[in-house]
Amino acid sequence: MTSVKDVFTSAGVPVDFEELFLSTTLSRAASLESVVDSFKQNGVGLKGIITTPSSFKGGILQTLNMKLRNELDLFANVVLIKSLPGFKTRHDNLNFVVIREQIEGEYSAKEHEADPGVIESLKIITRKNSERIAKFAFQYATKHKRKKVTAVHKANIMKQSDGLFIRCCEEVAQFYPQIKFETMIIDNCCMQLVSNPHQFDVMVMPNLYGNIVDNLAAGLVGGAGVVPGESFGSDVAVFEQGARHAFAEAIGKNIANPTATLLSACNMLKHINLHHHAGLIEEAVYKVVREEQVCIKFDVHVRQT
Amino acid sequence: MRGALLSIQRNGVAIKGNIETKFDDPGFSSMNVELRTKLDLYGNIVRCKSMPGIQTRHQGIDVVLIRENMEGEYSNKEHEIDHGKIENLKIITREKSMKIAKYAFDYAVEHGRNKVTAIHKANIMKLGDGLFLDCCRQVACSYPQIEFNDMIVDNASMQMVSRPQQFDVLVLPNLYGNILSNIAAGLVGGAGVVAGVNIGDNYAVFEMGTRSSGKSLMGKNTANPMGMLLAGCDMLEYLGHEGHATMIRESVLNVVCNNKIQTPDIGGDATTTEVVQAIIDDLKPKTKSWSVSLVYM
Repeated sequence: MTSVKDVFTSAGVPVDFEELFLSTTLSRAASLESVVDSFKQNGVGLKGIITTPSSFKGGILQTLNMKLRNELDLFANVVLIKSLPGFKTRHDNLNFVVIREQIEGEYSAKEHEADPGVIESLKIITRKNSERIAKFAFQYATKHKRKKVTAVHKANIMKQSDGLFIRCCEEVAQFYPQIKFETMIIDNCCMQLVSNPHQFDVMVMPNLYGNIVDNLAAGLVGGAGVVPGESFGSDVAVFEQGARHAFAEAIGKNIANPTATLLSACNMLKHINLHHHAGLIEEAVYKVVREEQVCIKFDVHVRQT
Repeated sequence: MRGALLSIQRNGVAIKGNIETKFDDPGFSSMNVELRTKLDLYGNIVRCKSMPGIQTRHQGIDVVLIRENMEGEYSNKEHEIDHGKIENLKIITREKSMKIAKYAFDYAVEHGRNKVTAIHKANIMKLGDGLFLDCCRQVACSYPQIEFNDMIVDNASMQMVSRPQQFDVLVLPNLYGNILSNIAAGLVGGAGVVAGVNIGDNYAVFEMGTRSSGKSLMGKNTANPMGMLLAGCDMLEYLGHEGHATMIRESVLNVVCNNKIQTPDIGGDATTTEVVQAIIDDLKPKTKSWSVSLVYM
């Protein structure tokens, strides 16, 4: 975040930051309510990733990231997977979009012990949210002149829930005859992503599959440090890293790759119509990645920070 | 279906193709799942290993994925709680989690592997996946010679495409196993080259590693026979016919990797029958039955 502020100052961006610190583990954190209010008031925000411990010690199952998404009704997450020019990876010229439903599905935080040693976790799919995300995906495709939408699912196994999701996508697809629509099962989709990723254009999927595909796809173009992402609700847009890793190991070490955060900051500027400044910073970021190879050791194996 | 079940119960082993599951009809449940549940085939094992001669983006991959095969997201328990609102139950039990974890560590010991990684999403599903992770940790304590770590499924997917060589043996709940074995298979050449097996206490059912039915290839004579043949070799090995298994496996690898007679999915232009014929030709000189001397008196 410091990197964003520094860069914005140098580029003369007319933006004031309202900074809030949110954490599950540290006590000097701001309250969730104040963060939600701030986002609501400003309409846009830039956010880091909040670490969630895997161990459960009683209390509330929902993570802070999830609470924030629910409070702000950030139903859609968009990650643009685009090969960085000059950044060598195993696939070149990738350019596709992963759109993920992110308030229901496997992230319902509804789990209980049905019997000693037997845990039931609820996955919830609703028509309302499925239609909403499908509509969002086709709108996005139309706006960005994309040609194809692929809905990813596991309806061969989860016939009712994922079946409902696919049905909603099919229904919405009928209103967009100019956009090609296809469906793909998640496991096959992952295999296609590593063998022939160029076939994808816009992808739309339920929560958990989105989480996995975001990360897999980010891995294809250089890892968590270089892919920006954004979450949308009807009133609020939150910009963050595409693959949501907290990378707590890197705190204070000055080795984390700032590319993703900087690029998402640029997307934020575009969102509030500061295209000139966004372009300025984006170009500088690309130039650094392309020419000077001042890359960060952790994900690019060059020892410079 | 009943006939197939009885046959497997009679014989103890089977080799099977994959059965396409329709997803537009909720009344139609997956036969693949039914078979696994009825026969108590609790573990699915897929080994993805880079093969010399098959052009891929990564080299030196050798990862074994051990997947819980009976519960989790495949519970088949779904209902509409409210109009337009579907609840789907994912079930994780201590019993099955312990069993698969134990199997994974035993496998690692038996095959001289060094590390077991448990894959989960316990940061979100704290109780369900948390239980799975707990069981793996508990079992790991009894195997001090095997290194143990865990990784969240999204990160594991990213690691799998960026540095797959770091993985040795993976142990996973059902759906993550399905997804990661497809990624791993994709890295070493695709659905056509990887073999898998479903293991229970009493039965073993051998099949292709990724369980794709490949319906789009039907009748085209372009499907890659490697995965199925390698599954056949694994079956022979399981039955104790190690000599025959090795012989066939060597011929398959020789034809595909050295002679480059490959189906289109791995960059060649041979048909299924051409590949199979080449393998048979390669086998002929090795088998005694083709050199019987006929002596007429």
